[in-house]
Amino acid sequence: MRYPLTEEERMIQSTSREFARKDLAAVAVENNEQGVYSEEIYKKLGELGFMGMTVPEKYGGVGLSNFCLILALEEISKVCASTAVAMSVHNSLVNWAILEYGSDFLKDRYLPGLASAEMIGAYALTEPAAGSDVSALRLTAERKGDEYVLNGTKIFISTGDKAQVIAVFGRTDQENRNRGISAFIVEPDYPGFSVGKIEHKMGLRASTTVELVFEDCRVPASNLLGEEGMGMQIALAVLDGGRVGIAAQSVGIAQAALDEAVTFARERKQFGKRIIDFQAIKLKISEIAMAIEASRLLMYRAAKLKDAGENMTKEAAMAKLFASRTANQASYDSMQIHGGVGYTTEFKVERLFRDARAMEIYEGTSEIQHLVISKKVVEEYERMLPE
Amino acid sequence: MKIIVLLKRVPDTEARILINQEGTGIREDDIKFVINPYDEYAIEEGLRLKEKVGGDSKVTVVCIGSEESAELIRTALAMGADDAVHVCDPALKKPGPFTSGAILAKVLQDEGFDIVFCGKQAIDDDMAQVQAITAEILDIPQVNVAVVFEISDDHSSAVLNRRIEGGDERVETKLPVIISCEKGLNEPRYASLPGIMKAKKKEIRKKTLADLGFDSAPGGGRSEILKWFPLPKGGECKMVEAEEIKDAAAELVKLLREEAKVL
Ligand SMILES: Cc1cc2nc3c(=O)[nH]c(=O)nc-3n(C[C@H](O)[C@H](O)[C@H](O)COP(=O)(O)OP(=O)(O)OC[C@H]3O[C@@H](n4cnc5c(N)ncnc54)[C@H](O)[C@@H]3O)c2cc1C
Ligand SMILES: Cc1cc2nc3c(=O)[nH]c(=O)nc-3n(C[C@H](O)[C@H](O)[C@H](O)COP(=O)(O)OP(=O)(O)OC[C@H]3O[C@@H](n4cnc5c(N)ncnc54)[C@H](O)[C@@H]3O)c2cc1C
Repeated sequence: MRYPLTEEERMIQSTSREFARKDLAAVAVENNEQGVYSEEIYKKLGELGFMGMTVPEKYGGVGLSNFCLILALEEISKVCASTAVAMSVHNSLVNWAILEYGSDFLKDRYLPGLASAEMIGAYALTEPAAGSDVSALRLTAERKGDEYVLNGTKIFISTGDKAQVIAVFGRTDQENRNRGISAFIVEPDYPGFSVGKIEHKMGLRASTTVELVFEDCRVPASNLLGEEGMGMQIALAVLDGGRVGIAAQSVGIAQAALDEAVTFARERKQFGKRIIDFQAIKLKISEIAMAIEASRLLMYRAAKLKDAGENMTKEAAMAKLFASRTANQASYDSMQIHGGVGYTTEFKVERLFRDARAMEIYEGTSEIQHLVISKKVVEEYERMLPE
Repeated sequence: MKIIVLLKRVPDTEARILINQEGTGIREDDIKFVINPYDEYAIEEGLRLKEKVGGDSKVTVVCIGSEESAELIRTALAMGADDAVHVCDPALKKPGPFTSGAILAKVLQDEGFDIVFCGKQAIDDDMAQVQAITAEILDIPQVNVAVVFEISDDHSSAVLNRRIEGGDERVETKLPVIISCEKGLNEPRYASLPGIMKAKKKEIRKKTLADLGFDSAPGGGRSEILKWFPLPKGGECKMVEAEEIKDAAAELVKLLREEAKVL
């Protein structure tokens, strides 16, 4: 896609692409087939600066924009969307939450390790009874002296079994549904923490998704993120950034699906012609290409608004909803263009199709994005129209 | 130790090359340009040597090329080179090997150097002459197609393996020397993200021909490219089909006689 990038942005995109095509592509197929999370890949990503992209230099990061982060995420995702899961959660949710809401103590303690990928970050919000409805979360966090004692369960936590730094959301006040939630940084060797069930997933198989169990888990009071009661605010604010990350992951999947489709259709012949010469195929290709570019523009805008320090809740939701749909449509159509072979594990499109599905589910389902967008749109009108 | 790496901007190996209408060059619209892949081995070897020797060693990139080459020079700086000289002059549209050699020899003399690494050839015009011409002008040794490089303990000489047909040739050379690098010498590093940020502050010294003391492009006039044209398209393959083998054979003979006119 033609888009004016700066020299620095082009160089970052280039390094991301090279890394994805060489180091990541060398292991992606096998890791996804066998459901293996590769510590090695994150180590390499860390060495190149990808795990602390938006962390300032004084904390060992690179001090880049969110825009650069999504350029990188898209390139990684083209080759292995699973790898982009932890990279996105780590950068957009965990690093960002600590940077934005953490005390100096927490920043000094965690950011350098996170930026170099010596520590991996996870983000634990979802519970059995609290998925889309975050305010229903039940994990309790009770203050006892210099500590909080956590009790409850988190489910579906990406990289929860690999992480050294876990942002956990719990209830410090039973009465207050929204304002009674607080956020903590939990290390896996704190007493009372354990990893429960490991999910077997349809896609994103080189990324782990696990249950986390907290049984009288003792967390130092200094590991509170922000203030007591700020949890909901933190959760939603960092999710805005996270959603742009999911948009980038989706655009990567969609672009890879288009790349595969065009490459295949130029070679495959039926009825004496290359199938790319059939109008039915051309229509699919033009629709996918257009949706990808529109998705990318929505995501670029959301990232740039974030870099400008502006609220981008609506724009992030739009980018995420549109791009995740595009990833699904693109991988669906690409498989269709492949015909029978696209349905086999020998062709990449089969993995893209499975990976795409999660994009419309996590970090807020598509239905929830509709709620977020419509709420904002109606608010905009209400400020203009008479009562 | 003063280490110099030569770098050229070339079309991406994956790009589909089309000749322009006049036959004077390739169409540059919509194709990606990259650091000549063999030059990447040169950059890597330069950086490794610097890391090994330490002290106040320095890696300087030298590039002759258009304005657009600056981004690739910046990439080499992001990989870890210290600074660069960019020879960029409108009079240098498509310098031939003698022109490039004369310019590089002058830059190398001005900069001073202990060792020069470059690619074994540029993958665009595949001449593989520039390093040889430069070395001849400077009257220093050259070792080409290196796959192993080892510096001596006192840094005054080096032992190298050259890849030749069917094996390697081991040679020893005194410094200063020009070494052209072959795939297999090393695995080039990526331009890391912190590297990219640091590269912004590194110096690229831009030089025109006049800055180097030339009135016009030096060393030219020995040969001239007359015209570029694409390879003729490979012949079509025609399958002969028939129920019986003998009918197919008859058809084939007919085709060979009447169409291909070889019988
Ligand atoms: C691969 C993967 C990785 C994940 N990683 C993490 C992680 O790292 N951290 C984390 O905290 N969570 C993670 N999750 C959890 C994810 O965020 C939740 O699955 C998601 O928020 C949806 O919640 P739920 O699964 O409970 O579905 P539910 O909320 O039960 O939703 C079920 C259906 O009901 C719809 N629905 C719900 N409410 C409404 C409404 N008000 N209006 C209309 N429709 C509605 C939903 O859209 C959905 O279609 C992950 C999930 C997956 C699949
Ligand atoms: C799970 C599975 C089981 C199967 N079992 C059997 C079986 O038991 N027996 C059997 O014989 N076969 C079987 N098949 C093969 C199946 O019938 C073929 O995959 C199918 O007919 C499509 O052919 P193809 O895969 O060669 O795709 P292609 O024909 O190459 O088609 C590729 C794409 O081009 C499109 N296309 C092709 N021609 C045109 C055109 N003229 N205009 C517009 N678009 C066009 C197609 O719609 C498709 O999108 C099976 C396939 C699968 C996936």
